[in-house]
Amino acid sequence: MAADIRNMKTSAEQALSAAYTGARGKLPGLPGLREQAFREFEARGLPHRRVEEWKYTDLRALMREMPPLAGAPDAAAKARAKDARGVLAGIDTRRIVFVDGVFAPELSDLSPEPGLTIGSLAYALASGDALATRRVGKVFATDDVAVALNTALMGDGAVIHVAAGVQIARPIHLVFAGSETPASVFVRSLVVVEKGARVILIEDHDSGAVQVNAALDLVAAAESQIDYFKITQARAPHVASLLASIGAKASFNTFAFTRHSSLVRNQSFIRFAGEHTESGMRGVSLLKGKEHVDTTLLVEHAKGHCRSREQFKMVLDNESHGVFQGKIIVQPHAQKTDAKMLTRALLLSQEAEADNKPELEIFADDVVCGHGATAGALDKGLKFYLLSRGIPEAEAEALLIQAFIGETVEEIAHEGIRAALMSAAIEWLRGRG
Amino acid sequence: MSLLEIKNLHVRIEDKKILNGLTLTVEKGQVAAIMGPNGSGKSTLAYVLAGKEDYEVTEGDVLLDGESVLEMSPDERAAKGVFLAFQYPVEVPGVATMTFLRTALNAQRKARGQGELSTPEFMKLVRDTSGKLGITQEMLRRAVNVGFSGGEKKRNEILQMAVLQPRLAVLDETDSGLDIDALKIVADGVNRLRSPDRGMVVITHYQRLLNYIVPDVVHVLAKGRVVKTGGKELALELEAKGYAEYVGEAA
Repeated sequence: MAADIRNMKTSAEQALSAAYTGARGKLPGLPGLREQAFREFEARGLPHRRVEEWKYTDLRALMREMPPLAGAPDAAAKARAKDARGVLAGIDTRRIVFVDGVFAPELSDLSPEPGLTIGSLAYALASGDALATRRVGKVFATDDVAVALNTALMGDGAVIHVAAGVQIARPIHLVFAGSETPASVFVRSLVVVEKGARVILIEDHDSGAVQVNAALDLVAAAESQIDYFKITQARAPHVASLLASIGAKASFNTFAFTRHSSLVRNQSFIRFAGEHTESGMRGVSLLKGKEHVDTTLLVEHAKGHCRSREQFKMVLDNESHGVFQGKIIVQPHAQKTDAKMLTRALLLSQEAEADNKPELEIFADDVVCGHGATAGALDKGLKFYLLSRGIPEAEAEALLIQAFIGETVEEIAHEGIRAALMSAAIEWLRGRG
Repeated sequence: MSLLEIKNLHVRIEDKKILNGLTLTVEKGQVAAIMGPNGSGKSTLAYVLAGKEDYEVTEGDVLLDGESVLEMSPDERAAKGVFLAFQYPVEVPGVATMTFLRTALNAQRKARGQGELSTPEFMKLVRDTSGKLGITQEMLRRAVNVGFSGGEKKRNEILQMAVLQPRLAVLDETDSGLDIDALKIVADGVNRLRSPDRGMVVITHYQRLLNYIVPDVVHVLAKGRVVKTGGKELALELEAKGYAEYVGEAA
């Protein structure tokens, strides 16, 4: 029977295999790792609803086709990327631009800064760069097929190294711009933040019509402080994987902001590999129409005395479908772990659907772990209170939705990014009409 | 013309009849106390005046300044000057008290064809009234009623009333859950808002509140209608004798 299933490849699966076979040998570096990842994909195909981790996002069914791998971007695509004003347009960031998955140095801010090294992954892998060769694909071991596909087909991305003790003042802003021609892109980035260093990293996707599989290997050494943002706007299917290993006494915060996206899977694999790390993982997804956004988290407390807070919000209008899956694993020796996970879905229509799946796997006995999940419409009592004060219905609803989102956005430490994301959320609300 | 006229009002919620031919008039400048046993329909009356859905008016009318309000939405009634001080004020996470006050005031002004209040004017208005109610700047910055004590929530209701300056204020069990000091602060706040143009309906189970907010008239509500009307001495009589007589009579 297994042989039969393998034979029933979807057109997207066939195209993915053909794309790899065609590009094999031309892809930069790590041929062994790529080949192994590709065999993993060949054996298992795209993840589907019978794969527990992908139960609510049946990629095999949802990803109908795989457009050809993107070629080198043309001048028009680059010009659009240059003029693109994203959500963070008003903020002073160091923009590192990729157009259709290819590094665009002429659009990037490569001004030197002591302790900061930024380069292209394609170049690093092709030239056998020691850091990239050693780290890419080795940060978090997973058998996830979306990650394997990325490893097999990864083209370009950023390689960033922050030296020990260095504080990077301006946020590093990885801008992934996609053109209007359907194509497929596999981007992979590597970020290594050495001991005691501090950086704000933004992964900002505005994918146009381009189908994206993105992955980020992130190594945070002891005592580092990292605030990582992922901003997503994607009309074509978009799968992104964060693979992170966090050292001791670090501060590690993530925030994912997703709207105007047809099909997104944001999956994070995070290991707390040292003691006394503090972490906040948060996100807001705004969905309408038939949009589908899946946030999946695997957080592994491998060492004790770490504190993690997770808070994810979804606002779901029309026939949209939101998914949150969060698994916290506390390993046997990770005593004094303090982990709390909260997910809330606000349903603005009868047809919207939210699936929440929190899971705790606790193998240590002296821990504080909890999770909560809610899904529901706007509270009638709250709404009446606002109406009774003279606030008209549409404004009352907008204020309550804004408050629902704001509670999570308020946790962002960087004032400019916090304000920009709140403005973007309010703009989305206005667009509800 | 009377400020508020309630004529033969019949109200039910789902299949349960709660108000049963209630007739009541409140004049401008008048403070009317509504007293009655539990289940007599006091809170229902408050919610029906404010326009809460779920209550079905099957007969009768409610006129404010001679105009029926029954077809108006709660926000339209608020703009016309109806204000309900809630028995259990709701917590509104994520909306700062200042933002809430300002949004409400400007929405009402807009509905009445008035311009928005400037920031300094608004700040001054809030500062003047909040100080007298013992509401700190820190509380104003916090989300509406979130983490407030029972007394703070009631004071916040009176602050909203002072800022919104309604024509008709309905106070639903404003004394519940208050100790004597908090009660005095709240009552002083209400008394400062007494005015020849404004009417108040003070709903309470106990006479205690009426020592501090002295009513012009007392109505006794039982089984969904007014069964007795008198002066402030009626409240003292009720305190001494209880409601047994009225519960029996209405049944």
